[in-house]
Amino acid sequence: MRWLQRNIRPEQIRELSLLLLIVVAVLFFGAMIDGYYTSRTFNRIAASVAIITVVAVGQTLVVLTRNIDLSVGSIVGCTAYFAGATLAARQGLPPLVTVLIAVALGTVMGAVNGVLVAWGRVPSIIVTLGSLAIYRGILIDYSGAKTVTTGSLPAWLIDLPRLTVFSIGNLDIRALFALAVVVVVLFQIATSYLNAGRQFYAMGSNPEAAHLIGLPTRRIVFSAFVLSGAMSGLAGFMYLARFGNITVEAARGLELQVVAAVVVGGVNIFGGSGTVFGAMLGAVMIGTLEQSLLRLDISEFWRDAILGLLILLAVASDAVILDRLRALWARTDLKIVTRAAAEPEATP
Amino acid sequence: MTLPLALRRWEMLLLALLILISALNVAWSPFYLGVGNVVNLFQLEIEKIIVALVMTLIIINGEIDLSVASVMGLAACVAAYLFHAGWPMPWALAAALASGAAAGAFNGFWVAYVGLPSLAVTLAGLIGYRGIARILVEDRAYGGFPAWFNAIGQQPQVGPLTVSIIIFAVLFALMALVLHGSALGRLVYVMGNNVAAARYSGVRVRRIKLLLFTASGTIAALAGLLYAARLGSVRGDMAVGFELDIITIVLLGGVSIFGGSGNLVGVGLSILVILNLRNGMGLADITGNTQTSVIGALLILSVLAPNMAQTLHTKWKGRET
Repeated sequence: MRWLQRNIRPEQIRELSLLLLIVVAVLFFGAMIDGYYTSRTFNRIAASVAIITVVAVGQTLVVLTRNIDLSVGSIVGCTAYFAGATLAARQGLPPLVTVLIAVALGTVMGAVNGVLVAWGRVPSIIVTLGSLAIYRGILIDYSGAKTVTTGSLPAWLIDLPRLTVFSIGNLDIRALFALAVVVVVLFQIATSYLNAGRQFYAMGSNPEAAHLIGLPTRRIVFSAFVLSGAMSGLAGFMYLARFGNITVEAARGLELQVVAAVVVGGVNIFGGSGTVFGAMLGAVMIGTLEQSLLRLDISEFWRDAILGLLILLAVASDAVILDRLRALWARTDLKIVTRAAAEPEATP
Repeated sequence: MTLPLALRRWEMLLLALLILISALNVAWSPFYLGVGNVVNLFQLEIEKIIVALVMTLIIINGEIDLSVASVMGLAACVAAYLFHAGWPMPWALAAALASGAAAGAFNGFWVAYVGLPSLAVTLAGLIGYRGIARILVEDRAYGGFPAWFNAIGQQPQVGPLTVSIIIFAVLFALMALVLHGSALGRLVYVMGNNVAAARYSGVRVRRIKLLLFTASGTIAALAGLLYAARLGSVRGDMAVGFELDIITIVLLGGVSIFGGSGNLVGVGLSILVILNLRNGMGLADITGNTQTSVIGALLILSVLAPNMAQTLHTKWKGRET
C-alpha cells in the first residue's frame, strides 16, 4: 500500500479506471456485435475521436485555469469553412500553408476571447457564450450560406483521411488519428515538465497565490485561450479533410462533446487538476460509445441518454471517491513527513 | 466604486437602451406600437422569456441550469408520446409537467445533496434529457393534437392576449413576489453571496437548492408544452440551443454569473430590449443570424463596458491625487 501510494497519484488511479472502463466497453460491444473487432470499426472510432481529442486538448488548458471555452464549435466551423473556401479558390496551395491558415484564424479567434477574459475581466462563460454566437454569425454572413463541396477540393485533401501512416498488425493508423496522438503527447509533456505548462496548474489551483508569487496570471489565461483557439483551428482543418462538404452549420454543438470529453476525462471543472492524456481518454470513451451504439440492435437514439449518464457518473465519482483517495494519500504523506522529522532527534 | 449614478444603476442603462431602440423602431414603422405588433413581439420568444424568469433565481442563487432547453423538449415529447399511446390529452400534459419536475429534482439532488458543480450536472442533463426525448419520439414528428391544445399557443384567448402571455405575466409577478418580497427570496441572495455563511446561519441550503431546480424543471416543461402548442407538432430536436438565449437574457439583465446580485426589474428590461432589438432588426431586414451575433456582442459589452468604465475611473482618480 505504501509503495502504491508513493508511486501512483489518485489522479492516475482515476485515469487507469477510465482506461479499464474503455476496455470493458470494447469487450461488451465485441460480445454484442458480430464482426466488431475489425480494422473498419477501429478506423471509424479513431476518425471521430481524433477531432474531439485535438479540441479537447486546448479546452483542457482553459479549464485548468478555472475558465471554459464554449466557442470552440464555432471556431472549428469557421476555420474549416475558411480553409476550404481558400483551397477551392486556389487549388495549388501547399498543404502546410492550408493548415497554417486554419491554425492562424483559430489563434486570432482564441486571442479575442483571451483578451476579453484576461484584460477585460469578463467571465469566460459570458465571453465565449457571446463569441459562440458571433463567430457563427460571421461565418454565415461571410459565406452567404453557400457550401464548400468535396468536388471543389484538391485530391490530396480528399485522400488525407484514408492515408495510412503505419500499421500495427491489421490495424491501420490513419494520418488524422496519428496527428491527434502527436498533439496529445506534445501537450502532455509540456504540461508535465515545462515551466510554462505547470503555470496553468498553479493558476487554476490558487489564482491569488499564483499572483502573489509573481506569475503573470493574465498572460497565462490569455495563452490558454490562444492555444484553445489554435487547436480548434487545427481541428477545423481535420474536419474539412474528414467531411469535405462544409456547410455553415459545420461543427455546431461540438463544444458540448468536447466539454463532455474533458469532464469524463477527469479534468476538474473548477480548475487546477486533470491531464491532457485524461481528456484524450474521455474522448476515446465517448467516441467508442457513439460509434458502437450505432451498430447495436437497440435504437441509436439511446446514445445521448447514455452519454449524459456517463458524464454524471464521472463527475459524481470524482467528487465522492477521488476526494477520499486524496485524503488517504495526504494522511500517509503526513506520516512520512512527521517520521522523517522525528528521526534526527532520536539518533544522537 | 464612485461611478456616475447612471452607470452604477444597470437598469438605467437598459432603460435608456430600450427607449433608444423603441424610438428607432417607431421611426422605422408606424405600426410598431400597435397592439398586434406588441403581442406578436412577445409571442415569438415567449417560451424563452418564461424560462428566463426562473433562470434568474437559479443564477442569483449562484448556480446554473444548462438543461432547460432539453427539459422543454423532453416534456413536449412525453406529452406527444403518451397522447399517441391513447392517453387523454389533459393526463398526458400532467405527466409531461411531472416529468419536467422530476428532471429538475434529479438535477437538484446531485447539486444540493451530493455537492456536484451545477455546470457539470446540468450539462449531463442537457445531453441526457435530450437523449430520453429522442428515445421516446425517435425521428418521427407527432402532430394531430386536440384543437383546444393548439389554440392555447396560436390564438388570442383573453382579448388580444394569448394564454402564453398571460402565463408569462402571472409568473413574472409571482417570481418578483418570491424574489423581492419574501424571506425565501432573501435567502436566495444570501446563498448566492456566501453559501457557507448561509449554511452556518441555519439556512436549509440543500432544500432551497432542490426547490429551485425542481421549479426550473417544472417551468421549463410548461414552456416546452406551450412551444408544442404554438408549433402544433413535436419533434425530438425541438428547442435545441435555447439555453444560450435564455442565459443571455438573464445576464444582460445585470444578474451576476457568480450569484448574489441582480433583480427581476433588470431582467424584465433586458427581455424588452432583446425583443425590441430583434423586432427592429427584423424590420430593417437584418437576418436572424446577424441578430444573434448582435445580441452576443451586447452580452459581452454588458459586462465589459462597466469594467472598462471603472478601470478608467480609477486611473483618472489616481492622476488627480
